[in-house]
Amino acid sequence: MKRLLILSTALGALALPAVAQPQITVMGWGGAYTNSQVQAYHKPFTARTGVSVISVDADNPATPIKAQVEAGNVSVDVASVEIADAVRLCDEGLVIPIDASTLPPAPDGTPAPQDFIEGTLSDCMIPTDVFATAIAYDTTKFPNGAPATIADFFDTAKFPGKRGIKKGAKTTLEMALMADGVPASEVYALLETREGQDRAFAKLDTIKADAVFWEAGAQPPQLLADGEVVMTMAWNGRIFNAAVAEGKPFAIMWDGQVFEWEGWVIPKGAPNPEAAMEFVKFSTSTEPLSDAAEWISYGPPRKSSAPLVGTFKGDGKTEMAPHLPTSPENLTNALPSSLDFWADRDTELNERFNAWLAAN
Amino acid sequence: MALPAHASPLERLWRRVFHLLCALILLFLIAPILIVIPLSFNAEPFFTFTEKMLALDPTGYSLRWYDLLMTFGMFAPDAPRDAAWWADMWANSTWLRAAKNSIIIGVFSTLLATFLGTLAALGLSRPEMPFRRAVMAILISPMIVPIIIVATGLFFFYSATGLAGSYLGVILAHATLGIPFVIITVTATLVGFDKSLTRAAASLGASPATTFFKVTLPLILPGVVSGALFAFVTSFDEVVVVLFVAAHDQQTIPRQMWNGIREQISPAILAVATILVVISVALLATVEILRRRSEQLRGVTPG
Amino acid sequence: MAEPQTLTTPDGVPLKRALARAQARARRRAFLLVAPLLLFVIVTFLVPIGQMLHRSVYNDSFAANMPRLTAWFATTEPDTPPDDAAWEALALDLRAAAEARTVGVVGTRVNYDLPGTRSLFTATGRKARSFQAPWREALLAADADWADPMLWSTMRQAARSYSPNFFLAALDLTRDARGAIVAVPQDRQVYVALFQRTFTLAALITVLCVLLGFPVAHLLATLPLRWSNLLMILVLLPFWTSLLVRTTSWIVLLQGQGVINNSLVATGLLADDGRLSLIYNQTGTIIAMTHVLLPFTILPLYSVMRPIPPSYVRAARSLGATSWTAFRRVYLPQTLPGIGAGALLVFILAVGYYITPALVGGASGQLISNLIAFHMTDSLNWSLAAALAAILLGLVLILYWLYDRLVGIDNLKLG
Repeated sequence: MKRLLILSTALGALALPAVAQPQITVMGWGGAYTNSQVQAYHKPFTARTGVSVISVDADNPATPIKAQVEAGNVSVDVASVEIADAVRLCDEGLVIPIDASTLPPAPDGTPAPQDFIEGTLSDCMIPTDVFATAIAYDTTKFPNGAPATIADFFDTAKFPGKRGIKKGAKTTLEMALMADGVPASEVYALLETREGQDRAFAKLDTIKADAVFWEAGAQPPQLLADGEVVMTMAWNGRIFNAAVAEGKPFAIMWDGQVFEWEGWVIPKGAPNPEAAMEFVKFSTSTEPLSDAAEWISYGPPRKSSAPLVGTFKGDGKTEMAPHLPTSPENLTNALPSSLDFWADRDTELNERFNAWLAAN
Repeated sequence: MALPAHASPLERLWRRVFHLLCALILLFLIAPILIVIPLSFNAEPFFTFTEKMLALDPTGYSLRWYDLLMTFGMFAPDAPRDAAWWADMWANSTWLRAAKNSIIIGVFSTLLATFLGTLAALGLSRPEMPFRRAVMAILISPMIVPIIIVATGLFFFYSATGLAGSYLGVILAHATLGIPFVIITVTATLVGFDKSLTRAAASLGASPATTFFKVTLPLILPGVVSGALFAFVTSFDEVVVVLFVAAHDQQTIPRQMWNGIREQISPAILAVATILVVISVALLATVEILRRRSEQLRGVTPG
Repeated sequence: MAEPQTLTTPDGVPLKRALARAQARARRRAFLLVAPLLLFVIVTFLVPIGQMLHRSVYNDSFAANMPRLTAWFATTEPDTPPDDAAWEALALDLRAAAEARTVGVVGTRVNYDLPGTRSLFTATGRKARSFQAPWREALLAADADWADPMLWSTMRQAARSYSPNFFLAALDLTRDARGAIVAVPQDRQVYVALFQRTFTLAALITVLCVLLGFPVAHLLATLPLRWSNLLMILVLLPFWTSLLVRTTSWIVLLQGQGVINNSLVATGLLADDGRLSLIYNQTGTIIAMTHVLLPFTILPLYSVMRPIPPSYVRAARSLGATSWTAFRRVYLPQTLPGIGAGALLVFILAVGYYITPALVGGASGQLISNLIAFHMTDSLNWSLAAALAAILLGLVLILYWLYDRLVGIDNLKLG
């Protein structure tokens, strides 16, 4: 027993981190997206300031943040969340306001609030990128013509096979309505009504038997690769990385895509708020933002970053611009996610979504 | 039990079918555990046997997933493998860190559970113990109460007391979960314990402490160690409490596997699984040896 | 007749009393050995669970953030229509809550009982800064829904910090505008069906475990010890192997491109586009959980079967019974305690299972534990999670009590 004790004490001593080394914890979404942030933000930040960055993952960091703050037990300094969630967390006082005018200006001297694209800044979140939820498919599964419209995703007669669906109301309901023939511009007005919601769920009912539900963004490319599904809702950057960096036969169908901004928030009660603020300032300056867009196909929010985005760092040759959600050819039938709609209705619609999911 | 010579052909046939049935069920039990072992040496990122593997072509096999276990999370995984590389691995490899955490948490929670559990088992097996049944029911309940309820309760309790996200919190929780196993195995050993041995020791002038250390402990030690191993495995395999109350510092192997299974189930998970299977074989062998030794010591015939 | 002489110890204490004293001392000693652990389990186990269960009936997020309106509710009878004082209290509370950034918390709380109201609170909260008397008109201008009597009845309910409403919600029940208990609309009913599914699946898994465990236990019990010890390893190894390893293995075996489907396709038994869906649904949950829990039936069955002398069955046969009759009338009845012990234990463990269904269950293979976890980590409706947990715990404890009555906890064996 004594020997065991000595052994364990020795192991314990080895595992303890070196004393008083400054560090912050950043919570991201895992997979290729976190990797892009580690490469473009975390590593350069550590190299510049000596503050090490611990990266942790969550399916959607907004929920653990909320749980941590409400339970009074915050371990995260900076978290990546979608803008609607940021507004919601901000309304509830769970994340701290960040003044955009304290951020570094563009290289040409334009102050930060003007450099960020209009509508991307909110009280508590500094945006890092725009991403799209779109339909991705396995090109080898459709030799007689690939799906071309969002309606095809719901058409299992014409395109047989399992579908991957995001386990949540947001974006899923919008896509269901668009597939049911609702023009993008009318989706949210309709979704505010009971009839519109019924219609969206009725459309989802049509593919429920063929659906595989995913929670983490890394799952859709995995589901496609494993042949569990032939078509899936997915975040465009994850599919881009699987297709370009890993050579998987995946393609994105941009029709009916829903795009949204995401960015950094600092939870109330974060253990290292000053270092967290430094990290946010550094990572949302012009160059790191454009670097990140070379690691994953998500567009930068600063006007000054856009011209700097070049080729994919994973292969050194693929031009990134056509793969970004905001590229004009990808926007022919696209819906900007409504931040006001989801900030208010997230709880209610997810509740209904879960009841729908649990019903047999 | 061999069939008697007068068994009818139908009975003989049934016996065959019965044996086949049992073989299939045992295969159902063991095959899933063994299947991961060859697949973890797959050279391709698939979960099935490739043609090369089936043809036993050496190029179909590789150690790349084991290598990935070391390099994953490293700062500079592709650097030449000199001293700096190994230091980087020791400090930054995600799986290695998880392994260290699993061992620290496992060892300390086991020590705690074994010490308290053995003490309690000694009390519980005394005939004078008051409220024996009720106390036993309480002490065994961590094994019965759904783990999600325990984890939920601990989440609030630890958040309020500041134990959330600390090693101590996870260790205490895992000790609680391991205690029923220690109690069960140690009381089982004490059931066959010959009380006249301690009485003999006492009548020969030994103090209670001497009697305990010289007579009782050596006899129940195999039971204590099996209980400790059960407690260790419980902690080593526990993921739900870690999910709810641990911070990123305390990520254990099962927690890391949980991530891997949910997100990117690469054959690296199978490599971890293989290592864990080897560990469990070793633990099982230890427990079996201990059980036999205990039976010999106590003069109980196995059965 | 002489007085009956009291027996005494050498120091003159009556023997009876000395004995009682010695016994009390022995009892105290035994208890002192158990006490540290008991205390430990109370602190790290019973108290946290008790505290959590308290949340199932206690939620003060309305009362704490809407003090004026809560006070008005406290002084008025139920069903009182809102008067000027009520509207003023509501407007001022909303303004204060919006400034303190807690209006979302209040909205979320009311939304639990009346779905669709969170946005009413948050949207009105944004306008509350500019509110002026007359309050009623100001609020109704912001949103006409504020006049809804159902909303006022719900707020009155939510203002009570202690309420059974979360238990009602956990049973798919709610209150109507007059406070009477009614069922929630069809499209929101979840929990009763899920409890039913949990119990059905647990029962099915238990039956499968007994059916598969019985022959193996019988084989182990009748083989010579040398052989049965060897085969026992096949039963014990899964028992010692990490649950996550076993779950991973099943994913590898069962998935669309997994070992089983690929083998079936390769041997031509299955068309490539007709691959079986064996995982991420109920089938996956059932297969993986049966595998995980099977040793829990084999071990108690084995320990009951081993001591049954084979001569009983032989005697039955020699008295003219067929082998089936001998099995049914002589052997099976003797194994019933083992079947009961194994089945009950498996059922108890299956009802509370979380990890396996979470990883391989897809949408249709989720059990009640998964929903508790969902409300803990995703929807963050902690009071509802606690209410669901309380119901599940109650059911498990009844089963546990039954187990103790019928089998006895002392007879729980491991390996």
